Amino acid sequence: MTLVDTLPNGLDVSIAKIDQSVVKLDVQNLDFFYGKNRSLKSVSIPFEANAVTALIGPSGCGKSTLLRTLNRMYALYPGQKATGKIMLDGEDILRPGVNLSMLRAKIGMVFQKPTPFPMSIFDNVAFGVRLYETLNKTDMAERVEESLRRAALWDEVKDKLQTSGLGLSGGQQQRLCVARCIAVKPEILLLDEPTSALDPISSAKLEETVTQLKNDYTIIIVTHNLGQAARVSKYTGFMYLGELVEFGETGEMFTRPVTTRGSDYITGRFG
Amino acid sequence: MEHTVRAYDAELDAITAELARMGGLAESEVADAIKAIANRDVALAASVIARDIKLDGLEMDIERKAVRLIALRQPVADDLRRTVAAMKISMNLERCGDLAKNIAKRALVIAESAPITPLTSSIERMGELVTTRLKDVLDALTSREVEQAVAVWTQDHEVDEHYDAIFRELLTYMMGDPRTITSCAHLLFVAKNLERIGDHATNIAEILHYEITGVELTEERPKSDELQQRVF
Repeated sequence: MTLVDTLPNGLDVSIAKIDQSVVKLDVQNLDFFYGKNRSLKSVSIPFEANAVTALIGPSGCGKSTLLRTLNRMYALYPGQKATGKIMLDGEDILRPGVNLSMLRAKIGMVFQKPTPFPMSIFDNVAFGVRLYETLNKTDMAERVEESLRRAALWDEVKDKLQTSGLGLSGGQQQRLCVARCIAVKPEILLLDEPTSALDPISSAKLEETVTQLKNDYTIIIVTHNLGQAARVSKYTGFMYLGELVEFGETGEMFTRPVTTRGSDYITGRFG
Repeated sequence: MEHTVRAYDAELDAITAELARMGGLAESEVADAIKAIANRDVALAASVIARDIKLDGLEMDIERKAVRLIALRQPVADDLRRTVAAMKISMNLERCGDLAKNIAKRALVIAESAPITPLTSSIERMGELVTTRLKDVLDALTSREVEQAVAVWTQDHEVDEHYDAIFRELLTYMMGDPRTITSCAHLLFVAKNLERIGDHATNIAEILHYEITGVELTEERPKSDELQQRVF
């Protein structure tokens, strides 16, 4: 059973340990600042390889910030700073001198709203690949097909690969973004509320895609949909006011959460 | 703490209230069935038999409400455990009612034959013990005292011991005087029914423990008798 620590302020915190040998990405004592505003407070969370970890919590709790730190998206904005360590396969990705372009090829991200490029479906998927690799025509066609298949979109678009990606439905566009993301063969996938703009059927398809993909990728999903966190993830982290309050196996979290704040949030008693 | 959606609390509370009502009815059915045996009270037995239908209705209603709540609110964590526990406890209570009704039916038959006072006293003692167990576990249900539930769970062997003693006593009577066989056979079933009601009280204690703590009661429960191995 998971241990609960009670902080000096009387609030409880419980972070389950994961066997280090299966940890792909290990966040250690991470702080994040938007200017002077400390929006992540000493967050330590392990992400297991080839498993889905869901991050939940009310708006503004820091889950999207945490996600944006993992591929150093924040570096695009001035005045934002992260301290602590994020170990990817034993290397700290926060240290200076990390090749951000290579890092983002390793850690792909899909956003809340679908962001297809104004080009054909084929080129949308091939776009990222061309940045990192030079493939001949046949290999590229294979890579595009494989990515679309894995994103569970192939059957719907195989006959119209040269039509614009913008002509697809919202759910298809989102799966196209997943395909574009996995085409560059990343190791980690970050999904930031990927179904919040989708209808239930498209959401279900995306969830199915996530379930298929976890065999090959380490997936971290931020979601406001607790049911979705419960359905797709192996681990769940609950964040509140920049802190990681409870982290543990999803089945445990949704049947017997051990912290009061975690329990109040998932049962709908918060605030 | 209350849910942000207050109707959710109201729905959960409605299930809990109905379960408490069911507990009260089951308890009085069992107590009256035992009284009917002990006092050869045909009218009381008839009233137990008539009352049982209420318990069946309440069980169905709790199940309907719980299924609806699961579908519409998707409860998790303590809310989920509370909902599932209510369904399971109501099933156990409904079974207690059935067993009490069966005891009452036998009370009608037993009342027609000559009284065997020492035996009915033994049954009455066992009945009191079982009623106490049921009452204790229902108190734990209301007060949500997990220790009280665990106490019921660990004491189940006492009921079993009573049952074994009565079983032997009944055999002695039947061998000694074949005219008592009809009554004794019925009393044997009465004792068996009481023992089962004790088991249901133990089940409820287990369910309650899981509901409150999220952890199952897994230790080996103390069991005493060698007769348990046999099939009755």
